[in-house]
Amino acid sequence: MFDLTEEQTMLKDMLVRFLAEAEGDAWSELAELGVIGALFPEAQGGFGGSGADLAVVFEEIGRACNPVPLIECALLPGLLLGAAGQDLSGVIAGTDKLALAHAEVAARYDLDWVETEVSDGRITGDKAVVTGAPTAARFLVTARHSGAPGDRNGIGLYLVDADAPGLSLNAYQTIDGAQAADLTLSDAPATLVLEEALPALERAYAAATLAQCADTLGAMEQAAHMTREYLTTRQQFGRAIGTFQSLAHRLADMMLAVEQARSAVLLAAASLNGPEQDIDIAACKNLLGRMGRLVAEDAIQLHGGIGMTDEYALGRLAKRIIMADHRFGDTDHHLERFIALSKGAA
Amino acid sequence: MDLTLSPEAEAFRAEVRAFLADALPSELADRVRRHQSLGKADHEFWHAKLNERGWLAPNWPKAFGGAEMSAIERHIFDEECALAHAPRVVPFGLSMLGPVLQKFGSKAQQDYWLPRILSGADWWCQGYSEPGAGSDLAALKTRAVRDGDHYIVNGQKTWTTLGQHANMIFCLVRTDPDAKKQEGISFLLIDMSTPGVEVRPIKLIDGGAEVNEVWFTDVRVPVENLVGEENKGWTYAKYLLTHERTNISGVGFSRAGLAAVKRIAANVRQRGEALIENPHFAARVAQVEIDLRAMAVTNLRIVSKAAAGQAPGIESSLLKIKGTQIRQEITDLARRAVGPMAMPFESEAVESNTPLPDPFDAGAVAGSFFNNRKLSIFGGSNEIQREIYSKSILRG
Ligand SMILES: Cc1cc2nc3c(=O)[nH]c(=O)nc-3n(C[C@H](O)[C@H](O)[C@H](O)COP(=O)(O)OP(=O)(O)OC[C@H]3O[C@@H](n4cnc5c(N)ncnc54)[C@H](O)[C@@H]3O)c2cc1C
Repeated sequence: MFDLTEEQTMLKDMLVRFLAEAEGDAWSELAELGVIGALFPEAQGGFGGSGADLAVVFEEIGRACNPVPLIECALLPGLLLGAAGQDLSGVIAGTDKLALAHAEVAARYDLDWVETEVSDGRITGDKAVVTGAPTAARFLVTARHSGAPGDRNGIGLYLVDADAPGLSLNAYQTIDGAQAADLTLSDAPATLVLEEALPALERAYAAATLAQCADTLGAMEQAAHMTREYLTTRQQFGRAIGTFQSLAHRLADMMLAVEQARSAVLLAAASLNGPEQDIDIAACKNLLGRMGRLVAEDAIQLHGGIGMTDEYALGRLAKRIIMADHRFGDTDHHLERFIALSKGAA
Repeated sequence: MDLTLSPEAEAFRAEVRAFLADALPSELADRVRRHQSLGKADHEFWHAKLNERGWLAPNWPKAFGGAEMSAIERHIFDEECALAHAPRVVPFGLSMLGPVLQKFGSKAQQDYWLPRILSGADWWCQGYSEPGAGSDLAALKTRAVRDGDHYIVNGQKTWTTLGQHANMIFCLVRTDPDAKKQEGISFLLIDMSTPGVEVRPIKLIDGGAEVNEVWFTDVRVPVENLVGEENKGWTYAKYLLTHERTNISGVGFSRAGLAAVKRIAANVRQRGEALIENPHFAARVAQVEIDLRAMAVTNLRIVSKAAAGQAPGIESSLLKIKGTQIRQEITDLARRAVGPMAMPFESEAVESNTPLPDPFDAGAVAGSFFNNRKLSIFGGSNEIQREIYSKSILRG
């Protein structure tokens, strides 16, 4: 029951081979290899789209620590355009590079907190940490046509061109190596995609959160694996440091954390688009936040000074794992969701 | 039992506060609070200010130009400096080399080097660790071979903090390769402008350039730069480490960090309310604060014993472990507090034309979280401290 399908196994093997050689943001190569197509169902022109498909793809991208903004510039825009019945062929081919500009400073992790406003087809407001923004040709922007921040109704989804008048970017690198920007829109011309976008946003974020968790799982496995290698090779006091019992036990705890994370991701992947989706994904993100922190911190600690260097891959993995807690809701956010959802279930 | 400080101690605290209010520019304190890396000139400026006031070397005897503070005064001084977000005093000359020269250096070495540490004429760095000698420091391989009135030094040091600013490095070198590990080591002072010394930066995960590799190729060092006796360096190195451990609990840094977290969490909004009102976040903050309050008393218990003439020995391991755990937990709270806005990357390695977004005036909290992983690695890792502590407990 836990086996991958033949197609998923092939996809995984292909990704492993390709990512081992890839350097830097592998957007166009991944698109050419058809990886974006694996994120969407056949009905939308893809050849995958299940929770398990997402888990396979993102676990490998996380393991390879590749900075490609596949969640923000392919998965999320594709799901949202799909919800509006639009054609995804450009997204799947990797030629239509969009970025989702939804989050705002005051929203923290709440999807319904939109202060940006739209009237007469023009958007005014600020969007925060839009990953992939510097290379996007178009933005999917959420804005309120009615109601107040926190209302479920009144949030519309719009397309805004990257070179639209009234749109400006403050671009920067994120600490985990992605390219992002804060957006300022003032009367930027926009085309309506969805009149009431929150339900579609929530479904898309569920998939994105699962993808993020699988990415973190891959990075955790790699960090634990590198730590295991290091403990068997690094010599101090005339012996491999893994022979010190206190360190061996720490490694055992790291591996336990990885196994727990793997199970949580499997469960969430199986639940995607099903009745238990929300609670399983909240549980997964909370668990990955906690177990990820343990693995990232201990991986650095057991490496000593080397673990703190920018050049050695471990540091980048640790940053990816920790900063995942700042994407799509942190440990506490998903704990609160889990509590609320389990009350609902009872 | 009275846990309050004496009126004299409280008067001293007021004196320190008044000095800081007057001498520390708010612009500099602001950069420290926002975890921005300081330049050489910033450190030199602050050293000079402290030196003017006679407080640059709190632990040195008066005879050498120090303040000779009692352990309690030192504790108060460190705490107030941290709370005011004063730059950290660069410890290598002041807290490490100084005490070694005072105890083991020749009169000529003391007369020459000590005033230069105070005046800022020399910037020292610490050349202990090597690629193969971290926790197992005595495994160091850098070789010094006597050649007339010089030593010829070959080898490599690493993790040398702020070595890029330094003109002098004190090194542990191997002078007798045939002796037992600890018995063939000597303590040498090396001028970094000597031909054959090369400093290569190491970039850390927060993007900062704070550590370096230092390479030695046939570097000629005059024999008068040997401290104490040849092959007795391990004794001096161990003595230095006891001084490295002053202020090890970092209670002041924790207090300052916790205050910063509360300030940030009051600025951050969640559904229109301050984050500090969120019960989960508030519980996390409270938990650390409870630990810190107890830790401050533990620290004072140990420090006041030292004041009565008992050196904090084994207890320094306890202070190191608990103190760094609390400090690291606080950096974790700070990054959590800012949420998605922890992502923008502020570092000297990244060029940015427009200032990075920092809506909560929090500074580089994610960078600080990653940078401070070092606290449990250097100065004797927390695993090594647990070894020392548990061995002493089990010995009874
Ligand atoms: C930011 C930074 C600044 C530094 N600045 C300086 C400086 O200015 N000058 C200088 O000389 N050095 C400096 N150091 C070096 C520091 O002292 C060493 O990193 C430290 O001694 C650990 O050595 P290591 O990194 O080689 O790790 P290792 O000793 O290889 O340790 C790896 C892991 O094994 C554990 N371990 C090792 N031995 C045992 C044991 N017996 N039992 C249980 N666990 C064990 C360690 O705790 C660690 O978790 C700095 C380090 C850092 C990170």
